[in-house]
Amino acid sequence: MYMRESARRLGAAGLGLAFALAHVALAAEPAGPRLGKPVSAEEAARASLNVFPDGRGLPPGRGNAVEGAALFAKHCAVCHGAAGRGASAEELAGGSEPLTSPFPDKTIGLYWPYATTLFDVTRRSMPMFAPGSLSADEVYAVTAYLLSANGVIGERDEMNASTLPKVRMPNRDGFIGIDAKLPRRASKDRH
Amino acid sequence: MFAAATPAAVIGAEAAAADAAASAPAGPPDAALRPEWMRAPGAPFTPYGQPSKHERQVTRRISGNRLLPGNGIALTPLDELEGIITPTGLHFERHHNGVPDIDPARHELLIHGRVKQPLSFKVEDLLRYPMRSHLIFIECGGNSNAGWHPEPIQRPVGSFHGLVSCSEWTGVPLSVLLAEAGVDPQASWGVAEGADAFAMNISLPLAKLMDDCIVALYQNGERIRPENGYPMRLVVPGWEGVLNVKWLRSIELADQAVMARNETAKYTELLPSGKARQFTFMMDAKSLITSPSHGYRMKGPNLYEITGLAWSGRGRIKRVDVSADGGRTWAQAALQDPVLPRCMTRFRAPWKWDGKPVVLKSRAIDETGYVQPERTALLAQRGTNGYFHYNAIVSWAIDEDGQVRHVYA
Repeated sequence: MYMRESARRLGAAGLGLAFALAHVALAAEPAGPRLGKPVSAEEAARASLNVFPDGRGLPPGRGNAVEGAALFAKHCAVCHGAAGRGASAEELAGGSEPLTSPFPDKTIGLYWPYATTLFDVTRRSMPMFAPGSLSADEVYAVTAYLLSANGVIGERDEMNASTLPKVRMPNRDGFIGIDAKLPRRASKDRH
Repeated sequence: MFAAATPAAVIGAEAAAADAAASAPAGPPDAALRPEWMRAPGAPFTPYGQPSKHERQVTRRISGNRLLPGNGIALTPLDELEGIITPTGLHFERHHNGVPDIDPARHELLIHGRVKQPLSFKVEDLLRYPMRSHLIFIECGGNSNAGWHPEPIQRPVGSFHGLVSCSEWTGVPLSVLLAEAGVDPQASWGVAEGADAFAMNISLPLAKLMDDCIVALYQNGERIRPENGYPMRLVVPGWEGVLNVKWLRSIELADQAVMARNETAKYTELLPSGKARQFTFMMDAKSLITSPSHGYRMKGPNLYEITGLAWSGRGRIKRVDVSADGGRTWAQAALQDPVLPRCMTRFRAPWKWDGKPVVLKSRAIDETGYVQPERTALLAQRGTNGYFHYNAIVSWAIDEDGQVRHVYA
């Protein structure tokens, strides 16, 4: 799977220690009967829906906001409202009140720290009445539409596995890690 | 006493009974002294017991999306319950797109990503592993969030704070399954995913997954019910409810969090500064008085028992203080055994109400020394737009008529 070989090489010096720790952990917990069925890394990767901030997990495909606008109107507006202004489901675009306002808008452009999240949740969960029904191109297009509707990208900007992780969200550094550390602030991922 | 009544006399109506009484020497037949359920055989056995028909009003309180009724919440009626265990059928629910109807023969748990060997486990496989139990609360990060409102919400305590429940969860320590797959030294996070229509995913630090998380197959002794994650759910003691992924289908180990919608756009708490708290996993100590509480009507000056629930994601409840004067003075409540880490703890305090207006409060302190904050202190720290993780002290005002209502005091 991803970076498996390089990770192995990099971690080679630490492997002995890691195995020793694993044995300590196993001694503390009851060992299992080892019934897990091996799955190839490729097969597991195909089954995974996770899209990470660095773009790992993104499938081949492409789309832009012009294409996405029609898809959004067809599949999404029934719950999220025209242009994502909110209806029975949350407002996704069109927010104007800043996060410091007494009544802040937490729309995608104002609040969401990562553009990849949009692809991840759209592919895995949307549309709610028929999840899994959109093609990769369609998910890229809807993602592009929402980013464009939030003023983050232009309506002709193509979103694909290479461009989407490079989109820098306005609120990228708006979070404080409480019970886990946040990734270091990256300057090179500016759009 | 009286001579035993014949069966005929038992079945007889009042007229027959009067006849019998008139024709001494027998006293009133036994039947007259028995309620009808003592005069005939009771119902036969039932394969699966249900609450009494007289308790049908004790139900979860449901609030669903109007277009998608499976997207919403159902709250535990804490005000109608006693003890610490939530009846399984009343455990709170939060679903993002309904309850899936999963065939256990076709469901598998995949462990993959930064592991030496990705593995899949069938349900029948996991049932053969060594298990352990956690008797713990699970609380939604959004529980009690009406507390952020400027006006105190006037609802029963369960309809306000009922996104918390307490069960015994039994299953396979996740550390055993991860060790079997072989954890890559570079892995630091695991992304859990459910097999519901939302395919809900969320990241957890690997250290927590290895520490005390289990893949639960049983709840309160029976296989987990569909709405609670059948056939298996992740159980994450003491941490935010959304991490306890129901219908668990995969865990992907990685060197970073996935930054899912439910750990960025949702389940983060916006502060007045415009920054937001993220990865707020720990459920801080909280308590509330369940009796008397909103909606109760006191029946005149008398001796009452103040009772309620306290819990903390950090460990055991050490102490619960109760105040009957709006927080000016506090008395220590008795903690009912058992007092377990990350479990509901029942507290009780006898109290003589003199019929005058009072404000009741409870305050939990856990074994780490964490003290449940007053609402003013919580708002001073967090503002009012945090939405999640509201754990302030709850105040109930009782007026001269004995009406109990929710107040900010």
